[in-house]
Amino acid sequence: MIRYTLGRLVSLGLSLVVASLVIFAVVEVVPGDPAAYMLGVNARPDTVAALRAELGLDGTVQERYLGWVTGMLQGDFGVSYTYRTPVSEMIGDRIWVSLPLALYALSLSVLIAFPAGIYAASRRGRPGDIGVMGATQLGVAIPNFWFAMILVLIFAIKLRWFSAGGFSGWDAGVWSGLKSLTLPAIALALPQAAILARVMRSSLLDMLGEDFIRTARAKGLSRRQALWRHAVRNALIPVLTIIGLQFSFLLAGGIVIEQVFFLPGLGRLIFQAISARDLIVVESVVMLLVFLVIVVNFAVDLAYAAVDPRLRTRA
Amino acid sequence: MSLLSIETLGLSIGGTGILRDVSLTVAPGEIVAITGESGSGKSMTALATMGLAPDRAATTGRILLDGTDILATPEAQLCAMRGREMGMVFQEPMTALNPVQTIGAQVAETIRIHENIPKAQARDRARAMLTRVGLPEDRFPLSRYPHELSGGQRQRVVIAMAIALRPKLLIADEPTTALDVTTQARILDLLRGLTEEFGMGLLMITHDLAVVADMADRIVVMQNGAVVETGATPDLLREMRHPYTRALFAASAHAVDLPPAPAPAPLLEVRGVHRSYRRPRRSLFGPRPEIQAVRDVSFTLNRGERLGLVGESGCGKSTLTRALLGLEPVQSGSITLGGAPVWTDRHPNLAVRRQMQVVFQDPYGSFNPRHRVSRLITEPFHLLPDPPQGAARDRKVAEALTAVGLAPKDARKYIHEFSGGQRQRIAIARALINDPALIVFDEAVSALDVSVRAQVLDLLADLCRQRPLSYLFISHDLSVVRTITDKVMVMQAGEIVEQGPTEQVFSAPRHPYTKALLAAAPQLPDLRTTAHAP
Repeated sequence: MIRYTLGRLVSLGLSLVVASLVIFAVVEVVPGDPAAYMLGVNARPDTVAALRAELGLDGTVQERYLGWVTGMLQGDFGVSYTYRTPVSEMIGDRIWVSLPLALYALSLSVLIAFPAGIYAASRRGRPGDIGVMGATQLGVAIPNFWFAMILVLIFAIKLRWFSAGGFSGWDAGVWSGLKSLTLPAIALALPQAAILARVMRSSLLDMLGEDFIRTARAKGLSRRQALWRHAVRNALIPVLTIIGLQFSFLLAGGIVIEQVFFLPGLGRLIFQAISARDLIVVESVVMLLVFLVIVVNFAVDLAYAAVDPRLRTRA
Repeated sequence: MSLLSIETLGLSIGGTGILRDVSLTVAPGEIVAITGESGSGKSMTALATMGLAPDRAATTGRILLDGTDILATPEAQLCAMRGREMGMVFQEPMTALNPVQTIGAQVAETIRIHENIPKAQARDRARAMLTRVGLPEDRFPLSRYPHELSGGQRQRVVIAMAIALRPKLLIADEPTTALDVTTQARILDLLRGLTEEFGMGLLMITHDLAVVADMADRIVVMQNGAVVETGATPDLLREMRHPYTRALFAASAHAVDLPPAPAPAPLLEVRGVHRSYRRPRRSLFGPRPEIQAVRDVSFTLNRGERLGLVGESGCGKSTLTRALLGLEPVQSGSITLGGAPVWTDRHPNLAVRRQMQVVFQDPYGSFNPRHRVSRLITEPFHLLPDPPQGAARDRKVAEALTAVGLAPKDARKYIHEFSGGQRQRIAIARALINDPALIVFDEAVSALDVSVRAQVLDLLADLCRQRPLSYLFISHDLSVVRTITDKVMVMQAGEIVEQGPTEQVFSAPRHPYTKALLAAAPQLPDLRTTAHAP
């Protein structure tokens, strides 16, 4: 297990190095002057030269890369050109919206998908299964922003249970923060839950056909006991893969939902930064997202090993 | 009164009859074997007895276990009976255990779902049961996972689970079919010992008549879902009233007449071949252990000779085969076919490769289901510099199909339209089509029923008479190797421990391992003498 974890850690480190090199290369090394790009075609040469100096573009490529990486390691992501504020502060505000939202949506997705998938698998071919599968078909097909608008119409405008948008911040208390994230989280979670429930169901059905389920039944376990004690844990491997992918998507992919609910999240930040050609912000936010995705994949790898003892011995 | 009494059991699924009028009994302490070919209804009878027949199955008749009719018992009560009154052992030990639970937890589970006792107590009883089946805790702690055990050891765990509560009836469905002969002998001994010790009834299902004759007190022969003959083992073997029983035993003992091999002229020459693999490190900075899969193997296969290779799983047969076929390089030694090396300069030698063909074990998995037979069997043409086209190609296909006893018009069919035996004929046709110098049969008849196996062996003997056929026949089945080869090699732990003329090796083995193998293999009773006994 230690070997396996160390191996995964090495792979995590390598992935981060490669990712930072690629991002750096795309933004700063490929032909074209970032400073000229940021200022637009009509910029005066002395403005461009000033920005170049400010961005540190005059050094060698190695110096700039090392400077960027060591800066980030110390929490210094540079200063946004458009807003004139440190990027770390801008990210700091927004990550506390995007990260909780992603976790919230993922928890909802799992809470909906696991029971639905297990229920459908346990009644394969019967009305319960057909009903759940029909619902997930709809969930997969309908885009999340449509759910978002329906949720706003019902729960914010008609019932007035939630506000239609905006984020109250965490200073007013955890409960009020969670409340303002609830509708967006549901809207994000529903399509994800539909996919996850289908994966859970098919993975469980595969497991229920395995020989060891028959062995468990021969020991005297009922169908339900065999499913819960022997099939579910074995069915988790493909489900964990999907959960990892979904978390990555939820972190940055919530941009449309952030727009619908006026949430100050990372998605909006990166969208605004791209529109304003603020490469410093773009570079840092992309690197941060890549970092989070790689860490999530590492966590998924560890979860695999926790579920399946065969992976622990295989390096 | 008998322990288990199946009375006129009928079973159908979706209107298709699976079992008809099946009746049999098992007394306490008695071993009853059900035998027959695939599709005869053996396994379905066992599953119905456990109350585990498919949901859609409609049943008639009665299955009485100690007076309780299984077919009329509600599911909840059946759950309470399974594991406690009756246990079951399955064919495939590799997949019969949950891969993510320890063996201790899985054995203890049988006890804990039936008896409300503390976890520690259940584990103690599981430990005792695992020790009883030959897995003592000092070598096989309860915390082992199934993947850390061999097939035979896993089967012992499955048996421990099935007998943990000392059920009155144990059903074993092909319990040793997936195991090596020496492992099989030990598992059969274990089952016999447990039956005696616990006074259990054992209902054993197996297609292997040698095992049946060796183990059973009584035999039930099934064909197409019905019992054709039943009786005490010595009586049934002596009388064999039903023609199907006679046919079954005759096919099991089937021997073929090979034409004499021509004068020795070397074809395949293997000299001092070594092949080892590196395993992953055990500790973080430890060395990577090496596994010597093939050690210093040398032999010669002459033109027109039929050479057998026997040995248990893991002995290096497959590694050697891959090396012979040029699928993998070897670390040292040389392999030449007709004087040319199979591997040159880090590349397989294609000129030699096209001289060799192989027939595999699984007649279901070794064909692409979306290709027609004509395309499947002409695949070896890819190896030729100028493959036959048009009419010449069709003629070759027709010749190959005719040679294996199929019709030229079968070339237009798909593989799912053929039975297992026919598929194996198609595999042989594919191997024959460009007249290779050497064919490798890798467990090529192991998955076939005895009657089909006899036909395929006859086909091989016929082919040997028609053309100069040289082959290497790899099998774990000693009786088949004995009849279909001129010379045989015995392999153990990567080495060839004995080789010589087949009859000589089998009748007067010299190496202790060969002797052990032959002793472990269950023997069919000599029917010619028993049949005429008074």
